[in-house]
Parts: sequence; C-alpha cells; structure tokens
Amino acid sequence: MDFGGINPAVLIASLMVASVPILLAALGELVVEKAGVLNLGVEGMMIMGAVCGFITAVTTGSPLLGFLGGALGAAVLSLIFALLTQVLLANQVATGLALTLFGLGLSSLLGQGYVGIKPPATGVVPLGPLADIPGLGRILFRHDWMVYASIAMVAAVWAVLRFTRMGLILRAVGESADAAHALGYKVTRIRIMAILFGGAMAGLGGAYVSLVRVPQWTDGITAGAGWIALAIVVFASWRPGRVLIGAYLFGGITVLQLNLQAAGARIPVEYLSMSPYLITILVLVIMSSGKGRASLNAPASLGRNFHASR
Amino acid sequence: MIRLEKRPSPSRFWQVATPVLAVILTMIAGGIMFALLGKDPVAAIRTIFWDPLFHPQFADYSRPQLLVKAGPLILIAVGLSLGFRAGIWNIGAEGQYIMGAICGAAAGLALYPADSRLIFPLMVIAGGLGGWAWGMIPAILKTRFNTNEILVSLLLVYVAQSLLASMALGRLRNPEGGGFPGSRNLSRWESSANPELIAGTGMHWGVVAAFIAVIAAYILLQRHILGFQIKLAGQAPRAARFAGVNPARLVVLCLGISGMLAGLAGLFEVTGPAGQISIDFNSGYGFTAIIVAFLGRLNPLGILLAGLLMALTYIGGELAQLMLGLPAAAIQAFQGMLLFFLLAVDLLSNYRIRIAGPAGVA
Repeated sequence: MDFGGINPAVLIASLMVASVPILLAALGELVVEKAGVLNLGVEGMMIMGAVCGFITAVTTGSPLLGFLGGALGAAVLSLIFALLTQVLLANQVATGLALTLFGLGLSSLLGQGYVGIKPPATGVVPLGPLADIPGLGRILFRHDWMVYASIAMVAAVWAVLRFTRMGLILRAVGESADAAHALGYKVTRIRIMAILFGGAMAGLGGAYVSLVRVPQWTDGITAGAGWIALAIVVFASWRPGRVLIGAYLFGGITVLQLNLQAAGARIPVEYLSMSPYLITILVLVIMSSGKGRASLNAPASLGRNFHASR
Repeated sequence: MIRLEKRPSPSRFWQVATPVLAVILTMIAGGIMFALLGKDPVAAIRTIFWDPLFHPQFADYSRPQLLVKAGPLILIAVGLSLGFRAGIWNIGAEGQYIMGAICGAAAGLALYPADSRLIFPLMVIAGGLGGWAWGMIPAILKTRFNTNEILVSLLLVYVAQSLLASMALGRLRNPEGGGFPGSRNLSRWESSANPELIAGTGMHWGVVAAFIAVIAAYILLQRHILGFQIKLAGQAPRAARFAGVNPARLVVLCLGISGMLAGLAGLFEVTGPAGQISIDFNSGYGFTAIIVAFLGRLNPLGILLAGLLMALTYIGGELAQLMLGLPAAAIQAFQGMLLFFLLAVDLLSNYRIRIAGPAGVA
C-alpha cells in the first residue's frame, strides 16, 4: 500500500520517532509553566542535552548513559536559569533568551571534536511476536525504548499533576505564588525543582535528536525544535494529553515533508522545510483566538517573578 | 542572613554601573573558560578587547571593522529596545533582517543593469518595507488573534532562512554565476553599492542610519508622547490603560519599527559588507542585537556604546581565532555569558542587599 512512494505504516512509525524530542521537551516545559515559570531557553537546553548526551554515549559506548548525560547537562544549564530568575529575580523572558544563545555557543564549543562520528546505536526493544503483527507491528512494536518511555512520561506527568499532593502544590505555586507562600510552601524551592525537571526533560529530548533521530553531531542540530516545543505547550493549553497530540501532529508534518522531499515532490525543498514552522504558527493562531482561547487556561502567575517581601 | 529589599525606584548609580560590572565579570569568567580550553586567558582577553584597536599590525584592518559590525547591531538593537521597554518581545529580528535584505536586493536586481542614482534609495525603501512587513505578521496576529508574539516572531526566522536559501538558489541567483548559488554582487554594481563613505573608517550608509536611529529613538523616548506611552506600558500596564494608551497600537508600532530597522540593517549589509544574497548571508546579528539592547539598558545612548563593545568582541574573536586558535563558538558562548552576568547584576539596581545579623529583624 503506497501513496506516491510513501508507505503509511512507515510514515506513522517514523512520526512516532520524530516527535519524541519535542514531546519530551514540551512535557518538561509544561511542568515548568505549571509552576508559573516561563523558560524560553528550551532550545538552548535541548542542544546542550544533544551535545552532552552525544559525548557521553560516544566515550562510554552506552546509549543509556548518553541519555542520562544529556539530561544532566541540560539540567545543569537550567540551573543557571533557576539561579538567575528565582534567586537573583532576573527577567524570565530575557534570561530564557540568554540561555538559548549561550547554549547554542557552548554546545558547538563542546561538540567540536565530535563532528562526523557515529554514536552507539540505541537498540529496538525486542517485543517478540508483537513486532510481527502485520501493519500494527511495524507501527507500534518496533521502536527503541525512548519512544515508549516518552509516552509513559505523558501519563506520569498527567497523573502527578492531577492526582497527587505534589501536583496540587505545583499548580498552586503557578496559579498564585503569594497564596502558596502564605500557606507555607517554599515557592522558590518548588520552582527551582520544576525548572530542573524541565531542563532534564529538554536534555533527554535533545539527546534523542543526536543519538537516535539524526544520529550524529552537527552545530545547531535541534533546528528550532525547542521553540516548537514551547509552541506545543500553548497549543496543548497546558494539558499533558494534548501535548502528546500536538507533538505527534508536528512530528507527522515533519516526517511527511521529509518524505515528500525524498519522493521528489514538485514543491521546492525550501518550501517544504519551512512548512512545520508555518503550520506551528497557524495552529498557534487558531488556538489563541476565538473559542479555543488557550491563553485562558494559562497558569495565572506565568512569567511573574516571586519575591517574598514579608 | 542576606535579605533583598526592593528599592522604591531603581538606583541611578547601579543602572550605569551594572553593565560595566557585567563586562568585568564576563572577562573573568571568560578567562576561566579560555584557560579550560588550554589558552592563556590574559592573552585571549587582550586579543579580544585590546588588539583590534591597538595592535600595531592588525589594527589598521580591524579598526574600520568596528563600525562595520556595530552598525547593524545598533540599528537592530535600537528598534528592539523600544518594544522591550513596552513589554513587546520581538525576538525574530534575524528573520526581519533577512527579509529586508531579500526585498531590497530583489528591488535592485529587477532593474539590473540600469544606471541610476535612484536605485539605491529605492532599494533602501524596499528593504525597510520588507523587514516591516515581516515584523507586522506577529504584530497583526497578536492584535487580531492574541497570539504570542515571542513564538511567532522567532518561528518566522526559520521560515525566512528557508526563503533565503530558496532565493539564493532560485529567483535571485546570478544568471552569470556559472550555476553557483548566490545573487549578483550588489556591492560591485555602482547603482546598488553601499560603499565606505570615508576611507579607512568603515563608515557606510548603514552606520549613518544607525546613528540617526539612536538620535531619533532618544528624542522619541525623551520628548514625544509615544515614547512616554512606551515606557508607561512597560512599567505599569494597568496605569497605561487608564491613561488611554492603546496597547494594540503600541504592538503594531513597536514591531513595525523594529522590523523596519532590522530590514534596513539587512539591506545595508547585503549591498555593502556582504555584497550578495547567499545561503549563509545572515550571521546572527539579529540575535546578538538582543544582547546589545540589554547591555545598553534599553537606552539609545547605552545601545550605541554596547553595540561598539559587542562589535569589538566579534572582531577580537576573529583575531583570537587567527592568532590563538580559539574556536569561533567560544566567542558566541562568551557573548551569551555577558547577557547572563548582566541580568544577574541587574538585581543591584532594583534591590538593596541587606545583611542582617541575628537580632536584625528590622
């Protein structure tokens, strides 16, 4: 079953792979924003995760350690953001931008000796007979473990935010930092933890780009994925389930345009490669206007710094 | 216990002192980074900040470069600072810069090889309009549909980059270029060239435009009602609304002005120092200008100085690459670091640090 040289089963399977980085990064950012912090440095943290993960995986030979290294590297970078915005009360928008600019520079500095190397392969999870189911097996059961882990993370974040005390406190901090402070919660500490979690998730996503999706290291490898992740959080109106839909939608568009490029479609390559960004903008417009009005669901303290004056 | 106490109004002393302090801290931290890379930190800092101006051998080449690099940075940063003051975040100047270059170059190339003095001014107008139009996209989406202008303006950078590649390979490709990507060389065609105005200074029309923009922005902010409204909207949005400031109008104006200035910067670059539309024509000025705007404290005169300093790190960075083998990316990280320190020490102008003793619960 082929449509103009594009096999739908392969397309869906590669869509799931393509959307893992933005899914992970967007989930992390969702938690950060739920805590009332706007970290625009997702792109910088992702690329730091990509380079740290790549270096760790190549030197140790283990993809698992690579992912851990990526998460750690990005979390360390996000710690700078946490320090600046939570302790030194710097403007969150400007600090997030600084994080991206700094991350892009630092990553290309760190990755200098690693251009053109192949990382150790991240294996496919052996699911035995499931993988041999015609059609479905190819779509669902022949992936590496990060694909399944990312979907599990969606469920985990959803459950924690909705059903646990921790999730409730996090949301309280994001809705009204002053009220949470008055109740005795450590607003700054909770926000720093959320920022670190967001950093680690963005790092995992970045590491997935350099270890599985591409897989090699080049400067600027994330190519705006971090910004798309930010847009997906708005698209999802701060709901984890919708983040999954959003990420798969954009993963699908990316894969489709790549396939169209490979299949030699009559549209010029440059116009195809700008399509994911254009469609992101279009969806943002639809979501933020009219009945959608995603912004109504935004955490009330989003982007506002908290200073305990009393 | 160290306590922070909010100042009733920002300290004037620290507002001037913090950028200087940030530069010094960045030099120290950058020195540590260079030492980790196995380079002599003192030599590296001297190569970046001193040698471009005073090195006996290289200074003759690099001194004019200072204005060449500072021109676009200042021009873009002045535009951005107006929006930043009002809380309108245009971070897609890089895209507006590209679109300005494309539109301006296209307007000129359409008339090739005509010979007229009017062609260059026409290109300037087209370039400004191109950047303005690209800036109006996030502005209109913001005012009509309440879409976040940060994300839209940034995502449009990637769209503009794809457009640039398509133009360099397609519509604007030099028909006599033997199939190589890139347009005709605009700086070698007399009608479109943006030459050095005074030999040995690096001064071109873009630098002149940057100076005019600084003066205009200064007057706007100090003397004009619009400048007052911009400042008011940024500091007290609620008060601004009661005072009758129309937020939608500010969004359109700020994004329009910053887009237009970025577009002009792109046009002056493509007709002068860069010379042609090529795939990698843009070099990150639009992003570095964000640092320049903050380093200049969003003040036109401050931006003038900050632009010159940032230009110095660009040239010094190239020199350090050449002489010390310092990687190009190190300079980018160095510039990012500067913004971090700047944001960190900004605390001092808005808060007072009180060190309270055990009994000092005042």
